[in-house]
Amino acid sequence: MIEFEAALRRGESVLELRFRAPSRGATVLFGPSGAGKSSVLALLAGALEPERGRIVVDGQVLTDTARRIHVPLEKRRVGWVFQDGRLFPHLRVRDNLEFGLRRAPRGEAATPDLTAVVDVLGLGALLDRWPRDLSGGERQRVAIGRALLARPRLLLLDEPLASLDAPRKAEILALLEQIKREARLPIVYVTHSLAETLRLADHLVLLEDGRVAAEGSALELIGRGDTRGLATRADAGSLLLATVIGHDSERATTELRIGAQRLQVPLVPCEPGAELRCYVPASDVIVATQFPAGISVRNVIAVTVARIVPRDRAAVHVELEAEGLRLLATLTPAAIEDLALAPGARAFALIKSVAIDAPAGLHMLEGEGG
Amino acid sequence: MLTVDEWQVLATSLRVGARAVAVALPLALATAWLLARGRFRGRMLLDVIVHAPLVLPPVVVGYALLLVFGVQGGIGRWLDEALGLRLVFTNAGASLAAGVMAFPMMVRAIRLSIEALDPGLDLAARSLGAGALDRFVHLTVPLILPGLTAAAVVGFAACLGEFGAVITFAANVPGETQTLPLAIYSALQTPGGETAALRLATLSLLLAIGALLLAEGLGRWARRWAARAP
Repeated sequence: MIEFEAALRRGESVLELRFRAPSRGATVLFGPSGAGKSSVLALLAGALEPERGRIVVDGQVLTDTARRIHVPLEKRRVGWVFQDGRLFPHLRVRDNLEFGLRRAPRGEAATPDLTAVVDVLGLGALLDRWPRDLSGGERQRVAIGRALLARPRLLLLDEPLASLDAPRKAEILALLEQIKREARLPIVYVTHSLAETLRLADHLVLLEDGRVAAEGSALELIGRGDTRGLATRADAGSLLLATVIGHDSERATTELRIGAQRLQVPLVPCEPGAELRCYVPASDVIVATQFPAGISVRNVIAVTVARIVPRDRAAVHVELEAEGLRLLATLTPAAIEDLALAPGARAFALIKSVAIDAPAGLHMLEGEGG
Repeated sequence: MLTVDEWQVLATSLRVGARAVAVALPLALATAWLLARGRFRGRMLLDVIVHAPLVLPPVVVGYALLLVFGVQGGIGRWLDEALGLRLVFTNAGASLAAGVMAFPMMVRAIRLSIEALDPGLDLAARSLGAGALDRFVHLTVPLILPGLTAAAVVGFAACLGEFGAVITFAANVPGETQTLPLAIYSALQTPGGETAALRLATLSLLLAIGALLLAEGLGRWARRWAARAP
């Protein structure tokens, strides 16, 4: 468990933040530039000291201004991965990787050793190279390896994909998913990319103007109509956890189960039983009050209107619920009126497209379905 | 080739330069660090004092050293009585005078390389568990090595060429303080010494070319080294 509470003045802006995050899995700090995401990381790492605050990670007090505790950065054992890699230019890749390893306390269960990290991150061919001879993606892989080898108690990732091109992003995202599954440590990931959030977030903290706008489990939060900074986006939608049931190779479709519902999507290269993350953009959900006939959309789900949240003058968010599934739909105020939609009303949700996160390289936000 | 006297002049010059650089380099590093990174009252004053030899006539610097480090001077008397170390008219004194004159140039070269350091790397090293001394030895020094090299070469060359401060403070004692420029001056003062002066001047020229080649080589190595940064 990460317990975070800090107040800090930085020039004109004031940060005042409080959140809790689980010990396992990835906590994503999401928000626009200047919201205070990187400051939270610097506070967690100990590079910044709050005016008032308390930071506890897995029972260990790292900062407590009331008790005048501030464990310095070099003693915190955080693996900190920066946007720009920050490899030491005078050391070869091997020595960069071993920089933290050599300084980590001995005698503890040797979690990942050099060979394991080199294998997972595919660094074997790079060990004798200099940082300047690496591509952006390679540099970032080395930086992640270097952080992991320092035996951290907490892994901090500060927009690690921001300076990479799309194929490199996909490659590193897949590695981060694997690290998330295998590493037994809390991960805090800072980004302003929705796609990265959808892929990685288990817990989500929405930041805005130096404050926590909302926090909670990612599945819970992504799909609500009232989250500022998230539901207000043009590509707002719902994050769903799906299980692959089977494939229809003739029609090139895959059947998914979400809660008690079944969905048909274009063929996904996954074994039956595999768990996938799906994203349904709110603008791709159509709401009907009668069961529709003669339409191309394959996925029609009987739902109940849970909540109606005005987004702005032109759009209204409608939260829909079916057994084990919640969906967000964006409608116009006129449509709400014409359909007489109100909380508790029964309706049908027509899903035009589903973005699927699959290990084989399909990216969230790119899949189109029917 | 060289006469015994010429060998002596050359040896004196090299000793003065080597001693001065050996003592001044760590001091220049500390001063450059204070000036580049320090946040304290009196930083401007330190900056002015360090750079004073650049703008003062060398004779004035030599005279100021006499006042402070002479046998009657405050520090000079203490050095003499407590440690038996005399600076006036000695090789060590010539090194001091030459070193003081070369100091601002050395500080400048190192300071530039310190200011070019990426503070992000220091943060990364801290997060990996490296303490202050550890980071200085394994991160800072390797990264500013080009600046340190440049400072050593520039400082050495400046010491070999220093005239006014050395002759004022340490006088012109053959075998002790008579470096190349002082020997050339003496030769020119001696009737019929033109040949000796010309030979010494040629030696100076060869030494300068050698130093330049060395500096170029070291510079190239340092640039290659620095270019490894992404």
